[in-house]
Amino acid sequence: MSTSTAIGRPSASEYSGQIELTVNGQSYRLELDLRTTLLDALREYLRLSGTKKGCDHGQCGACTVLINGRRINSCLTLAVMHEDDRIVTIEGLGAPSALHPLQAAFVERDGFQCGYCTPGQICSALGMVAEVEAGVPSHVTPDVTSPDVDLTDAEIRERMSGNICRCAAYPNIVAAIRDYTERGRR
Amino acid sequence: MKAFTYERAKDAAAAVAAVSRPGAKFISGGTNLLDLMKLEIEQPAHLVDISRLPLRTIDELADGGLSIGSQATNSDTAADLRVRTRYPLLTQSLVSGASGQLRNKASIGGNLMQRTRCPYFYYPATGCNKRDPGSGCSAIEGFNRGHAILGASDACIAIHPSDMAVALVALDAQVELLGATGHSRRIAVRDFHRLPGETPHIETVIEPDEMITAVLLPPPPPGRQLYRKVRDRASYEFALVSVAAIVETRHKKITTARIALGGVAPKPWRSVEAEAALEGQSATMPTFRAAAEVAMADAVGRGHNDFKIELAKRTLCRTLADAARTD
Repeated sequence: MSTSTAIGRPSASEYSGQIELTVNGQSYRLELDLRTTLLDALREYLRLSGTKKGCDHGQCGACTVLINGRRINSCLTLAVMHEDDRIVTIEGLGAPSALHPLQAAFVERDGFQCGYCTPGQICSALGMVAEVEAGVPSHVTPDVTSPDVDLTDAEIRERMSGNICRCAAYPNIVAAIRDYTERGRR
Repeated sequence: MKAFTYERAKDAAAAVAAVSRPGAKFISGGTNLLDLMKLEIEQPAHLVDISRLPLRTIDELADGGLSIGSQATNSDTAADLRVRTRYPLLTQSLVSGASGQLRNKASIGGNLMQRTRCPYFYYPATGCNKRDPGSGCSAIEGFNRGHAILGASDACIAIHPSDMAVALVALDAQVELLGATGHSRRIAVRDFHRLPGETPHIETVIEPDEMITAVLLPPPPPGRQLYRKVRDRASYEFALVSVAAIVETRHKKITTARIALGGVAPKPWRSVEAEAALEGQSATMPTFRAAAEVAMADAVGRGHNDFKIELAKRTLCRTLADAARTD
C-alpha cells in the first residue's frame, strides 16, 4: 500500500540515524540528526506542515498527533523513538474536498478563529473520543470506579485541557466535538 | 539541545548496563526529559530508550496487591479497572495531573523521576543549587508562591510536582529497582525521594546504574480513599496543595487513617503525626482541624507561599471530612 521515500541529511555520524517512519499509511526512510523531534521530522523533513508548532514544550497541544490511535504531543518525543508506529496527522484525516466529519463539525460550529490550534484540537479530540469509548476516566468523572463514562460538556472541557486556543474559541470547539459524538461519524 | 547518541535497550539487563556509561540517561516517555534537554538543563551524552521494554503490564501479586510495570503509561494505569476499583486514589491522582496527551506518553517510572517545575530551576540566568550546585537559591528571596513549606532547606525550597507519588505514599507502595550487577531491591516510595539538605541536585536514592522496573502496591487498605487537588486553574496545572487521604471509620470514630500531602514539600509528604492525631477520635471537624494543625506544625512560609499553610490545613480538613463520610 505504501512506497518508501528516502529523505533527509546525507551526513551520517554517531549523532544521526537512519530511521523509517510510517505516516498516514505511507512509509518514509529518513537520515536524521537524533535530536529531531517527531514534530520537526513531520514538518521540516516530510513537509507535513499541518501539524503545528506552538510552544515546543508540551504545553499548548498544537502539535498533537495520533500514534497507534493515541494522542500525544509530537514536540516532546524523538522521531527515532517512533519506528514501527502508525503515525496519523491532520493530513491523514481529511482533505478540503473530503472533510473528516469532525473537521466538518468544526466548520459548521465555527470552532476556530485563526485556525493555528485546529489540527491539534482535531487530532486530540479524536484521541479523546477513543479514550471515552474505552472507558478511561477523567478528573471530572464522578465515580472513577465505574467502567463507563458519560461524555458531558464538563468531560469534554476537562479532557481537552491540553489544547490551548489563544483565540478562545472554546465554546464552539466543545459544541463541534459534541455534535460529532452525538450525530455519529457521518 | 546538545547532541547525543541513542540506543534502544533490548532487555532490562542491557538497559542497566548501557546506562552505566558516563553521561548516559534513560528515556521513556520523554515528556519531562526532552523539555529539559531543549533548555539544556539536562545534557545527556547518551540516551538509553527503555520505553519498549516488556515492563508495561499490570499484574496481580500473590498477597492481593498489584505490580505496575515501570513502562506502563500514566493513562493505562489510571484506566486499569483493578486500579480504579481497588486503588481509586491512584486513578484520581493520575487523572488530576498533566493533560491527556502527556498522560498517554509519560511512564510510571518517569513520573517518579520527574524534576521540579521551580521557575528558577528552569531559568539558567538565575542561581539554582539544584541545576548548578553552589550557585545559590533564587527562590528563597524571590517569587516563591509555589514553593515548599515543609522539608525545605536553605539550599533549596523547590517542591516535587508529582500527584501520583502522593497517592503512592499514602498507599504504602514500593519501588522495585534493578541494578547493573543484576541485583534487585525494593524501597518504599516514601523513602525514594530525598530531602534537599545541602545537596538538592541529588533527588532520589536511586543509584546511577539502577532502573525502576515496577511500582508495587500492597493490598488496598481499609477505608475510603480520596485525592483532592487545589490549583490556580481547574485543569492542566500543578498543585498548590493536594491531599491523599484514606480514612476508615466505625461507629463515627476513626479507626485508621493515612494522610499524604503534595505541593508542599520537596517530596511527597506523609504525615504519620496527623494520622496518629486522628486514630481513635470521633470523625468531626474539630478532630480534623486538630490533625491539620499537627500536620502543619513545622511548616515555614517564605513570603509569597505563606498562604499555603492555611490552605493545606483547610484542604486536609475538607478531604478528611469527605473521606470519613458514613453515608
